[in-house]
Amino acid sequence: MEIDRLDGRTPNQLRPLACSRNVLNRAHGSASWCQGDTKVLVAVYGPKAGTKKNENPEKACIEIIWKPKTGLSGKLEREYEMILKRTLQSICILTLNPNTTTSVIIQVVNDDGALLPCAINAACAALVDAGIPLKYLAVAICCCLAESGYVILDPSKLEEQKMKAFAYLVFPNSVLSIHPEEQLQVGGEPMEHGIITSVTQGAMSVDDYLHCLERGRAATAKMSAFLRKSLQPQLPIDSSKAGLVDKIFGYNILQLY
Amino acid sequence: MALPDASGDVLSEMDVDAFRRLFPLRFFETHLVKSTRPDGRSLAEARETSSALGAVASADGSALVKIGSTRMLAAIKMEVMTPSKESPDEGCIAIDFHMPPICSPTVRPGRPAEAAPVVSKQLSDTILRQVKCLSCCSFCGMINLKELSLISGKAAWMAYLDIYCLDADGALFDAALLSAVAAFSHLQIPVVSMNDDGKVVVLSGDHGGKEPVNKGKRKLTLSSIPLSLTCLLHKNYILADPTAEEESVMETLVTVVLDSSGQLVSLYKPGGPVLAYTSAIQDCVALTRQRARELQTILDEVTSGMEVD
Repeated sequence: MEIDRLDGRTPNQLRPLACSRNVLNRAHGSASWCQGDTKVLVAVYGPKAGTKKNENPEKACIEIIWKPKTGLSGKLEREYEMILKRTLQSICILTLNPNTTTSVIIQVVNDDGALLPCAINAACAALVDAGIPLKYLAVAICCCLAESGYVILDPSKLEEQKMKAFAYLVFPNSVLSIHPEEQLQVGGEPMEHGIITSVTQGAMSVDDYLHCLERGRAATAKMSAFLRKSLQPQLPIDSSKAGLVDKIFGYNILQLY
Repeated sequence: MALPDASGDVLSEMDVDAFRRLFPLRFFETHLVKSTRPDGRSLAEARETSSALGAVASADGSALVKIGSTRMLAAIKMEVMTPSKESPDEGCIAIDFHMPPICSPTVRPGRPAEAAPVVSKQLSDTILRQVKCLSCCSFCGMINLKELSLISGKAAWMAYLDIYCLDADGALFDAALLSAVAAFSHLQIPVVSMNDDGKVVVLSGDHGGKEPVNKGKRKLTLSSIPLSLTCLLHKNYILADPTAEEESVMETLVTVVLDSSGQLVSLYKPGGPVLAYTSAIQDCVALTRQRARELQTILDEVTSGMEVD
């Protein structure tokens, strides 16, 4: 059951995670999220008055602008924008601020594999930083399926290219209830096992996919614990936001497994 | 959903059409409780599907596909090009999906529809799958790009696949994929020959005494055909093959693509308010399996009809 990874990780091992919030001065909320060498910077502006055309004015509207590291945005960026938009729409409480638009700007700083999951995690942290009301957090992970049927988590770019198939999976994080015995259960499965978003590429058998789901859920449980820890309010500094452009706080590094 | 109780007596007098427009979600839910849908289908039933080959006479391969009232026109144009240095013995396929203003009231002229580049990207990912898995085998997608080669390093085919949505009434990806597959099965590669300057040109009409380069290689072999089904999740209901109205009222879509050997090519769920649990995923895959068999029979019927002609 051993598989050699280029950087010596075990199949279940994620790259070091780092999350810092409030990294931009003018943005209403911002965050940067690193998974190894993949780094994404997100700024959130809003809620601003009015919705765009073709949007339901009875709900809040979310606008995503994806900026690639270099070059113009093409079809891939359009697809990522759409996936992110639908994913964030599903975690936001849209009926709270009807007829408003919240802009989420994603700037890719470096892409070393698992870019979309990294951006989803970053966007989530930035929404929390901006104080946008959310139902729960979304936690994203990339699962890769090797030729021999092994599943590896959080691949680097090189690993991603060598693999037979991969799946980007997004799960909700576990909701802490004041009644611990009242865990949210839906049809015999805990709420955090439900898939918010699934994007796959490459052929795999259905069983392999279900196996990916299982591993993804285990990993996102750890990641959501990390996310929750790094999103704890940082009271002493938050009172004076201006002039803290270079001050990065909420900085955490955690190695999983 | 948040309907005041006081309107109960108003509802009983209300016209069905007005009710449908004012309380769309409630309208659909009253149907779903009875395991039926406004158009008379059961929940797991897809709309009537038909396909016609050769709809565009000037293209090298074309197909018109109808799923209910969703209509897609796919056409392939072949062109000779010089292959790239990295893959001298491979051709190329360029896929584009268009949503002109004719297809839906939400598409305005001048401004491209939001869905178009996304469907286009999904189609490329599904059809040109071999790009992703160079290490495992040279070819595991639907089309072997090596078959599009004419003279290694000198000339290869560039296939332009353009899909036009004529009527967008839900399940756009399913219809687009089916039309792409049908167009490729109809594709007749034109006969080419080398002219005196060493250039590859398309032979028209009589052969003019020149020896064609690609004699007897005029059809592509489609190995594993990907076929898809879009399902809509709402509460505990799974609705197969939703219409545009259903898609706009209940927003959680799951698109499953399976190939002929039953492998999962794509499981695509871009967000949506409903969470998909393992059981729902398995149900969607089972529905897709059944639907893929239906679509395969439809495809077999039209292609065998073509060979008789």
